[in-house]
Amino acid sequence: MSLRAAPRTGLLLVAPALLLLAAVTAYPALWVLWLSLQRRVPIFGIAQFEGAGNYLFLAGDPRFWSATRITLAFTVISVLLELVLGLLVALALAGQRRGRRLALSLLLLAWALPGVVTAKLFEWLYNPAAGLVNYLLLGAQINWLGDPALALPGLIVADVWRTMPLVALLCYARLLTIPAEIYEAARVDGAGDLAAFLRITLPLCRSILLIALLFRTLDALRAFDLMFILTGGGPAGTTETLTVYAYRSLFQTLHLGLGSAIAVVVFGLVMLVAWGYLRALRREGLTA
Amino acid sequence: MRGRPRPTLRDAAVLLGLAVYALPFFWQVLTSLKPEAELMRLPPLLPSRLTWEHYQVVLERSLMLRALLNSLGVGLLTTGLALALGLAAAYGFARFPVPGKGPLLLAIVAGTAFPQIATVSPLYLLMRALGLRDTWLGLILANTSFALPLVVWLLAGFIRDLPVALEEAAAVDGAGRLQTFQWVVLPLVAPGLASAALLTFLFSWNEFLFAYTFTATEASRTAPVALALFPGVFEVPWGDIAAASILASLPPIAVVVGLQRFLVRGLVAGALRE
Repeated sequence: MSLRAAPRTGLLLVAPALLLLAAVTAYPALWVLWLSLQRRVPIFGIAQFEGAGNYLFLAGDPRFWSATRITLAFTVISVLLELVLGLLVALALAGQRRGRRLALSLLLLAWALPGVVTAKLFEWLYNPAAGLVNYLLLGAQINWLGDPALALPGLIVADVWRTMPLVALLCYARLLTIPAEIYEAARVDGAGDLAAFLRITLPLCRSILLIALLFRTLDALRAFDLMFILTGGGPAGTTETLTVYAYRSLFQTLHLGLGSAIAVVVFGLVMLVAWGYLRALRREGLTA
Repeated sequence: MRGRPRPTLRDAAVLLGLAVYALPFFWQVLTSLKPEAELMRLPPLLPSRLTWEHYQVVLERSLMLRALLNSLGVGLLTTGLALALGLAAAYGFARFPVPGKGPLLLAIVAGTAFPQIATVSPLYLLMRALGLRDTWLGLILANTSFALPLVVWLLAGFIRDLPVALEEAAAVDGAGRLQTFQWVVLPLVAPGLASAALLTFLFSWNEFLFAYTFTATEASRTAPVALALFPGVFEVPWGDIAAASILASLPPIAVVVGLQRFLVRGLVAGALRE
């Protein structure tokens, strides 16, 4: 094309963004690997290389394995609920004739709020004495966030509330692109509502559901603010995810090396999942 | 598939369902307007009167106002920086030969999956070494680096969708490259820019981990951090917290209600392109 001319123009245009990403993302990402190989406790002036020491410690650390289990349980349950609910809400929205804008506003509100606000909202809803949840349960006296068996479910509900709207929006956008004639043809052929859903809607939403699954899984694995504020990892560590454990080690007990090692595990987990999904998507021939 | 009879009743039912879904937020709005004495009593559901006292306390006697201004400043500057760098990079990737383009774009996509917890400790050390702790600039750089991959990805897609012929025609007419960009590309990509700007601003406004770690005083503390650290002396001031959380939610609400079109376009384009 006639815009080519100076071959350096492209490089000059992309350089500033790449330099910032190199300095503030790539360089710290390598640095965290290096930190994770050190024993580093700044307040005592300790900084020494210890190789795989932090990782070996984590391998035998029950708190680490508990956090791993909680992270995985949180991720799997939240994401599954979000996908199912999101698809249902999208189906409800797709038939909407009037008030779509208002409907989307009500739906997306939960997604757009800061995570800290969501945490405060649910902390108040779950309040044992004056919370709306106990009131709706006819004056039950349940201490939702203080009970080791209920805190994780309570946290998952808050997370699903916050993130389901995004899944619903993506599915809704996909549903709008399905021509109505397909459904009419199916009806003529004698397909009922359920058959139309299973044979038409679900297969056509497959790719967007897989993409939503990827986005949401990555977000759930690295989630931090909601659990940090709402439960702080408690009670008795029953909601302490890997990110909260990492943060605690980094900035509260100030074991920079150990905290970095946990952060590297989160990093590895996220990259592993992303890689796995991309392979699956490629097999399906979905990536452009 | 869809219930043919009485569409209006069905529409109303869906709207009602979504209103119930948003109830946790409306409950917080109601809480923020309840008189102090009635907060810890339930029933009754509705307060005897509405009051602005919690908002007064939050705005006059807490650091929330300052935090809101910090959030606004950091958010706007982050958006400006991310858009400037992102637009240049997107244009470069979409229209010019760049050595190593494929791997670079792949790295940028991978960047959207990056967990913040992985870089927060080295960034903290970096900020401390450069004297950027507790400054707007530190937060702006950190937030920009996190928003940038998505901005580049979105904008490169929007630019690639524009027909090259328009730019070629302008060049034939004697327009320089900068003029072509300014008068042909920029107006066409403006809706995409708006979407990218909204997503970046929302991300920056809502961001918590970096802001909580890199700030120390009201000089740079953002609204979510101020809310997380909201002081309670003897008991938790639920009414004040409710008022503070509504204030911290105002920009997201404005985006969802007022600028919904651009938000939806950005979110959907980001997902469908990947």
